[in-house]
Amino acid sequence: MTIRKFKDLLAKKIMGLLAGLALSLVFLIILGLFSRSKSILAVNSLKDLLFSTSWHPTQGKFGLLNFILGTVWVTTIAVIISVPLSILTGIYLAEYAPRRVREFIKPLIDLLAGISPVIYGVWGGVVIVPLVRDYLMPFLSGKLRFFPFISDNYTGYSALAGGIVLAVMVFPIIISIIDEIIKTVPLEMREASLSLGATKWETVKYVVLKRVRPGIIAAIILGLSRAVGETIAVLMVAGCSLQEFPKSIFDTAYPLPAFIANTYGEMMSIPLYDSAVLLAAFILLLMTILFNMLGWGILLRVKE
Amino acid sequence: MNKRKLEEIFFKILMMTSAFIVVGSLVFIVTTIFIKGFPALNLDMITKTPEGGYYIGKEGGVLNAILGSIILGLGSTFLEILIALPLAFYLNLYLDKKSRFAFIIRFFLDILWGIPSIVYGAFGFTLMLFFGLKASLLAGIIALSFVVLPIMVRSMDEVLKMVPVELEEASLSLGATKLETGIKVIIKQAMPGLLTAVLIAFGRGISDAAAVLFTTGFTDNLPSSLFKPVASLPLAIFFQLGTPFEEVQARGYASALILTVIILLISIVSRILTKRFSRHIIK
Repeated sequence: MTIRKFKDLLAKKIMGLLAGLALSLVFLIILGLFSRSKSILAVNSLKDLLFSTSWHPTQGKFGLLNFILGTVWVTTIAVIISVPLSILTGIYLAEYAPRRVREFIKPLIDLLAGISPVIYGVWGGVVIVPLVRDYLMPFLSGKLRFFPFISDNYTGYSALAGGIVLAVMVFPIIISIIDEIIKTVPLEMREASLSLGATKWETVKYVVLKRVRPGIIAAIILGLSRAVGETIAVLMVAGCSLQEFPKSIFDTAYPLPAFIANTYGEMMSIPLYDSAVLLAAFILLLMTILFNMLGWGILLRVKE
Repeated sequence: MNKRKLEEIFFKILMMTSAFIVVGSLVFIVTTIFIKGFPALNLDMITKTPEGGYYIGKEGGVLNAILGSIILGLGSTFLEILIALPLAFYLNLYLDKKSRFAFIIRFFLDILWGIPSIVYGAFGFTLMLFFGLKASLLAGIIALSFVVLPIMVRSMDEVLKMVPVELEEASLSLGATKLETGIKVIIKQAMPGLLTAVLIAFGRGISDAAAVLFTTGFTDNLPSSLFKPVASLPLAIFFQLGTPFEEVQARGYASALILTVIILLISIVSRILTKRFSRHIIK
């Protein structure tokens, strides 16, 4: 074998090894977090940990339900706000926008994806929190006195503020996937519809959107997964104080990632505390892996 | 005008409004940061480290955090290139485009991409416990590499996919090995895209707060050793805004402005580089 062939073979082996490592990273993370959270599972039952709202580490009570519900609450708000806006923008970019407008908007959306999460948090604190406190809350809870608007939290640091900030953070993901997926619809299908006398919008509605519906669902799932894991921005605007059950969008919310981030200082001070926190990280990991497998799975199928 | 036309116009307006809101939120964020940050910005902010009682409003700047972030970003980006580049080449050069193994690797990379950075931070923390390490620059670099690696590999992968297959075939048919083809032909062709991928990764690296929260600790000193804690800009912003003192908060806003400017600069530079290097591309 010549030295050149040998180099080539060596490179191939090394690269294959790296690929194997990348694959095993997922399992390594699962294993690492699970092995650390095992010690709490030995003491408290999984049911207590997942379905109890009682979080009193000093008394050995580690109920995570409040944080799980906080995640669900904030993520739901974010999805409700961002999904319609993202879908409409995605369709606009792919179908309607003139080339110049498109070439102007696309990089800006990429830029939106590149901004630091902390900056979103700063913006949320400066703009969104006062907006919620001074306008949205007096308006909504004054006029519409029913669930989920009634709250006695007048600070503005709330699930709604967290949801709005998250919604903006999720825009780029959903929009770029929808834009990409709409472009996979063959031109002939549009032409067929247009030649039958349908308007452009009818073509989009009945032909294009029907075809990309799974892709849109995948985009929403992937956006949702991003929202579930977002930490620092939520920590800065959602209030994140311990509170019973989220009842109102104006109440504070304390999602899992923010909770994990907030405990890093005191974690080693109480027995099992670190184990409970790493269990929370493990739950978060499983949630996002599940969402991602679902989202990417659908997308792969759509692209074929 | 008939109903069909009206519906079309209605939705078109709705779509344009949505696009306006999305793009507007970006403009809104950036202007907010400029307006809040600019008044507190001065030369001290970027030339001095925090001095005595910084967090109760005394003198100093955030040079420690700026340098810390840059070193964290550079360190993790360097580490990622060592893994990402070979991996992306492996996916595109050595593996059959439709092979099952390539498919699985891509799928797993996408899964890794979706794992939140706080989880990587927590995982980094368990690694630290496992190896008996303390919060340090090294731990931060490793945790950040986990966060950004899948992003870098997948962007490089997309770039390499675009290289015309004829180019590869021509090189192979002249007797070059795959490795030689990769290093001498493909890499030149893909350079602008690869550089953009690296810059995106660097930008992500210095933006991330959640992964470094557990792993780097925080310090008022300039970064000095791989095994000592290091400050980072996102965390400096977070901590400064968390204080009740207005003066410190104002400096938090100024730090936010510094971070935003760095991110914008990286984005602009990557665009310029892409343009400059694309002249070598054979189309």
